[in-house]
Formats: sequence, C-alpha cells, structure tokens
Amino acid sequence: MLEKFGDKAVAQKILEKIKEEAKGIEELRFMHVCGTHEDTVTRSGIRSLLPENVKIMSGPGCPVCITPVEDIVKMMEIMKVAREEREEIILTTFGDMYRIPTPIGSFADLKSQGYDVRIVYSIYDSYKIAKENPDKLVVHFSPGFETTAAPTAGMLESIVEEGLENFKIYSVHRLTPPAVEALLNAGTVFHGLIDPGHVSTIIGVKGWAYLTEKFGIPQVVAGFEPVDVLLGILILIRLVKRGEAKIINEYNRVVKWEGNVKAQELIWKYFEVKDAKWRALGVIPRSGLELKKEWKELEIRTYYNPEVPKLPDLEKGCLCGAVLRGLALPTQCQHFGKTCTPRHPVGPCMVSYEGTCHIFYKYGALM
Amino acid sequence: MCLAIPGKVVEIKGNVGIVDFGGIRREVRLDLLSDVKVGDYVIVHTGFAIEKLDERRAREILEAWEEVFSVIGGE
Repeated sequence: MLEKFGDKAVAQKILEKIKEEAKGIEELRFMHVCGTHEDTVTRSGIRSLLPENVKIMSGPGCPVCITPVEDIVKMMEIMKVAREEREEIILTTFGDMYRIPTPIGSFADLKSQGYDVRIVYSIYDSYKIAKENPDKLVVHFSPGFETTAAPTAGMLESIVEEGLENFKIYSVHRLTPPAVEALLNAGTVFHGLIDPGHVSTIIGVKGWAYLTEKFGIPQVVAGFEPVDVLLGILILIRLVKRGEAKIINEYNRVVKWEGNVKAQELIWKYFEVKDAKWRALGVIPRSGLELKKEWKELEIRTYYNPEVPKLPDLEKGCLCGAVLRGLALPTQCQHFGKTCTPRHPVGPCMVSYEGTCHIFYKYGALM
Repeated sequence: MCLAIPGKVVEIKGNVGIVDFGGIRREVRLDLLSDVKVGDYVIVHTGFAIEKLDERRAREILEAWEEVFSVIGGE
C-alpha cells in the first residue's frame, strides 16, 4: 500500500491538479523546515515540475547547521581541560556534527589531534560505549530538534534508573515551532507552511496549531515520499485560494493530533525551555532545551564550563544564514560548488546531509 | 533531522526490540512507545522507535484523495 506514495502515476495526477489550481493566481511561496523534505523536493525535481507561480522555500530544517559555533568550541575546550586534569573523555556525536566547521576546526580535527571522538548513529550507541568503558567519562554532544530530543530523554531515563555515572550529555537541542515564529516575526513572507513529519510525530499536529491561530497561516503536516509532498502543496494551494487558515494532517499514517504523549512526558521530565542561539540566525526566544536543575548531574557543563571567545558564525560571503531563513537558495551563493563542496565545506549547510547546500550539490539541483 | 524509516518489529526484550528493515535487522529502543507488539511496523529515528505506522490510515488518505480526483477531474 505504501508504495503508492512513491508512485509516478499518482504523483503525475496530483501535479496536474496543482497546475490546474495554480492557474492565474499570484505567486505562492510555501516553506518547509525539514532537511528530509528538502531531500524529497530536490531528489524528485519537484521545484522544476511545479508551475512557475508556486515556489518552495527551504527554512531552518537542519539542526546540525544551526548548532552554535560557541558550543562546538566549548565542547572541544572541555576535552582539553579534562585532559589537563587527567580525565579522559570519550566524545560521541552524529556523523554530520563531527564535520561541522568552526573558525578553530571541527570535532574531526580534534580527533586528528589525538582525542577520542567517536561517531554514533544513536545515543543508545553512546550509552553502550559508557557501559563498556566504566573507567572513562562518555559525553554525547547532543544536537537535534524534537525528534532527537525525545530519544535523548528516553535514554536519560534508563541512565538515571541504572545509576550510570560515567555518561553525560551536552544538550544543544532546539525546538522548531519557535524558529518558524521568529521567521514570521522577522518578516519572511510565505503563504503556507509544510510541517516536518517526524517532528510532528513527537509534538503532534497540536504543536503547530498556534501558528495558524496567531498568524493566520495555513499548514500541512506532510510525509516524505514525493506523493506526500505534492499532496501537501496541493492542500496548501486550496487552503490559500479559499482563504482558510487551517492545519491539515496529510501524514496521518504516523502523526496524531496529540503527538507521542509518552515522548513529550519524557522530554518535559528532563528538559526546560530557554532562549537559545541558532547559528547564523541569532537568539530565538524559548527555542532551546536545557536540562532541568534537578538533572544537572547529567550535563557535562556542570563539571567543566570553560570560557570561549566570541567567534564569527560564518565565513565571509557564506550565504548559509539567508538559506536557513528561506531568503536564498544555495545556487545564489558565490562559494557554492566552487570553494564550497561537501569534501571542503565552507559553511555548515554544505556539511550535513540535511543541509540545503549539501542536498543541492548531491542531486545537481534541478531548478 | 527528520530522517526516520519504517521497519517491522520481530522480537522484543524489555526496552529493546529487533526491527527488520527490508532484510536488515537492527536493535531499536522502544522507550518512547508503550504498546509495541511483535509484528507492528514502527518509524525509527536515531535508533529509537518514535511511533507506530498505521497502514489503514495510509490507505484512507490515498482513497480520500482518489475520490477527490474522481469528483473534480470527472474520471
């Protein structure tokens, strides 16, 4: 049954409908905030298939891209300070986080200097490393939106239950709806929002509903097959044309109105919301997740918290900030594909497999 | 960080399940779901099952849209 969501004939039919509906209307701009949606859009050539007056913009959908330089640098400093104090830390993080550049290098560079840095697929792998190395401290540098914050909270629950003392995290988790709200407040213009399917799995359709109430913007929660995204676009066009400020759940095979309540309970057991910096976007109110006071013993910064200098977010000329705001596409950047490639990335959007620049480069961007 | 894939639960031991992703089997944490059974399809993100997949609802939405097509498109 699910094959139909990748079916060419079904996609073609929806596309024809989109063309019909879009005839004669003014330009519509729809934003998504998810690297995996960008992957579907670019891989399937959806931008080139849509009528000219329907535009898809890519927003801040890459948590690794927006992780502040200061936090990466602080984590590297923690490794150095700990070594001076004769404590060896095993640092674990995800593969794309490992390569994100800062003005003083990446975690990959840190490994080349002889520090123990390991790539993991899951925080569960980090937990297993901690169990196997009881004499060492394992720190998981933990980026990600709600979809990743939930596994972190789930793992912490086991760690607390088992009393595993040599495992800490460095939380750089962020929340997605406040980022969209910040873009709307800053004046980024779009006519509809394609909500990220798996963030919505955790927070539910209800987690987005307030944006429609507050800003009158139509939304669709969409899945990740080409048919899902095309259906989402068609739904948004219809909502805009009818002037209906509604939120529709296209990805109802996975997403519920209330979301994953158990995951939410775990997140709110361990974390509290705070204002937080996003690389290249500045501080966004109530957009970060910090461990609650009663769980401070799980956070590495409780033990090591070295000062770090203020550093620039991006290299000169890097358009990653505008790309994350949905104001530019990678091809408008002077570095793209020339001085900036996945092998030698200049900006964070070229590193992560969820970064818009990386995705454009990988698929040769059918525009 | 939305990349998550569906797989079928083939074994459960406490908080850990074995999930079959089209022939490849991996350990998956089940901490975020309370009612997973062997045979369920789950969506897995960074090694954690984040939700069950409801095939019936998948069918419903496609059928609903096919109905819309047939009414509007006169097919």
